[in-house]
Amino acid sequence: MIKVEDIHKSFGDEEILKGISTMFEKGKTNLIIGQSGSGKTVMLKCLIGLFKPEGGRIYYENEAIQDMDDEKQRSLREDIGMLFQGGALFDSMTIEQNVMFPLRMFTKQKKSEMLERVNEVLARVDLKNVNKKYPAEISGGMQKRVSIARAIVNRPKFLFCDEPNSGLDPKTATLIDNLIQELTHEYDITTVVVTHDMNSVMEIGQKVVLLKLGKLVWQGTNEEIFKTDNEDVTNFVYSSDLFKKIREVQIKEQ
Amino acid sequence: MKYLRDIGSYFVMITKVFGSFTKRSVLRELIFKEIDDLIISSLGIVSFISFFVGGVVAIQTALNMTNPIIPESLIGFATRQSVILEFAPTFISIIMAGKVGSFITSSIGSMRVTEQIDALEVMGINSLNYLVFPKIVALMFYPFLIAIAMFLGVIGGWLAGVYGGFTSSTAFIEGLQDDFIPFQLFYAFFKTFVFAFILATVPSWQGYYMKGGSLEVGKASTNSFVWTSVLIILANYVITQLLLSS
Repeated sequence: MIKVEDIHKSFGDEEILKGISTMFEKGKTNLIIGQSGSGKTVMLKCLIGLFKPEGGRIYYENEAIQDMDDEKQRSLREDIGMLFQGGALFDSMTIEQNVMFPLRMFTKQKKSEMLERVNEVLARVDLKNVNKKYPAEISGGMQKRVSIARAIVNRPKFLFCDEPNSGLDPKTATLIDNLIQELTHEYDITTVVVTHDMNSVMEIGQKVVLLKLGKLVWQGTNEEIFKTDNEDVTNFVYSSDLFKKIREVQIKEQ
Repeated sequence: MKYLRDIGSYFVMITKVFGSFTKRSVLRELIFKEIDDLIISSLGIVSFISFFVGGVVAIQTALNMTNPIIPESLIGFATRQSVILEFAPTFISIIMAGKVGSFITSSIGSMRVTEQIDALEVMGINSLNYLVFPKIVALMFYPFLIAIAMFLGVIGGWLAGVYGGFTSSTAFIEGLQDDFIPFQLFYAFFKTFVFAFILATVPSWQGYYMKGGSLEVGKASTNSFVWTSVLIILANYVITQLLLSS
C-alpha cells in the first residue's frame, strides 16, 4: 500500500503538483490518468524518489519515505520495479543480462540460479529465444515485456509503469495491460500505472485517479468512471470520437 | 553565475562518485570493460600518431639546423624533449579528449536520454559510482599509453633521422642521452595522471547532467571536447609553472 498526503512539487515558479492526497492499494492496479501536462509523470517520479516533493508525505507500508535514512531508502528501492515509457533497457547488455541485472546487484545467487529465474520470468512475459539478443534487435512490444520481466525478476512489492502502452499497436497494448494486471494479482503487489489511454482504464483500472493541472479532481473505479457526472471526468473520458459515440449510444439507451 | 553553478555541480558529482559503492564483482567487470573501451582501443591511433609525429619532429629539427656548429646530436635531444615533455602527455591527451571524451559523453548522455540512468537510480544504485568510477580507475592506466607514445615517438624520430639521412644512429642516441633529467619524466607522468582524471570526469559530467534529446547529446559531446581540452591546457600550464619553473 502506498499513501500520498498533500504532495507539492514545483519547477522554478511553476507549481506542477498542488497538494495531492490519495492511496494506492495492494493487489490492485492503480491508474493515474490525465491529459498531457496534468502532472501524472511528475507524480510518479515523486513516488519512486526521482523527484523530491517540496511538501507532503509519501508512505510505503505506513512508513514515510521522508523519515527513511539513505540506507533504508536504498533498500526500499530494491522492492520497487519500474517499467519506463521507453523501456529503459541497457542497450549494451543482452536481454538476459538486462533481466539478470537486479539479481546480480542485490542477491548472492549463483549464476545458474539467476539464469533459472531469468528464464522463468521471460517465459512468464511470453518471450522465448531472445536471451542472447540486444534490445535494438527486438520490437517495441517485446522491449516492454523485457522491461516488465526486469521489473519483476527480484520479486518487488511495488510496481510502477509509466505509459506502458505508448508507441504500441492496440493488440500489443492490451497484452501489456493484461500482463500488468495478472502480475499484480499473482505477486500481490501494489501497482501504479500512469496512462492517458482509455482502453487501459477500461481493461485494468481497478482504481483510477484523475489529475488536472496538478490537482486530483476525481478518483474511483473504472466502472464508476462511466457513471459519474463529474465534468472533468466526462471532458477527459469523452474527448475521443470513439468514446463520444459510446456516450451517444448510452444516452439513447437511457 | 552559470559557470559557478556548473563548477559546483562538477565537484558535487565527484563526491557522489565516491559515495555509495556498487557491488564489488560488478564493479570489477565494469573496470575491465572500461580499460578495453578507453585504453586498449586507443592503442592503435596513439601509436600511429606518436610514431609519425616523432619522425616529423626529428626531420623539422634537422632541416632547421642551418648552423654547422650545432652538433647532429641535437636532433635526438630535441626529439626526446619534445616528445617526453609535451607531445606525448599533453597533445595525446588533447587527441584523447576528442576520442575518449566524446565517447564517454555520448554514451552517458544517451543513457540519460533513454532513461537508463533513471532506471539505475530507481533500482537504488548510485548511478554516478556505477558509471563514472570505473572510468576513473580505467584511466589511471592512461600513463601506460603515454609511455608507449613516448617510446614510439622517439623510435619514429630515430628512424626518420637515420634512414632519412639527417643524422647517424650514434649521434641520435647520444642526443637522447644528453642532459637527461629523470625529474622531467616524473613531471610528464604526474601531469598525465591529472589529465587522466580530467579525461574521465569532465566528459562524464557533460553527459550525466545533459538535458534534452539526441541532438543535445551531440552538442554535449562537442562541449565535452572543448572543455576537456581547455582544462588540460590550463592544467598543463599550472603544473609546468609549479614543477619546472623553480
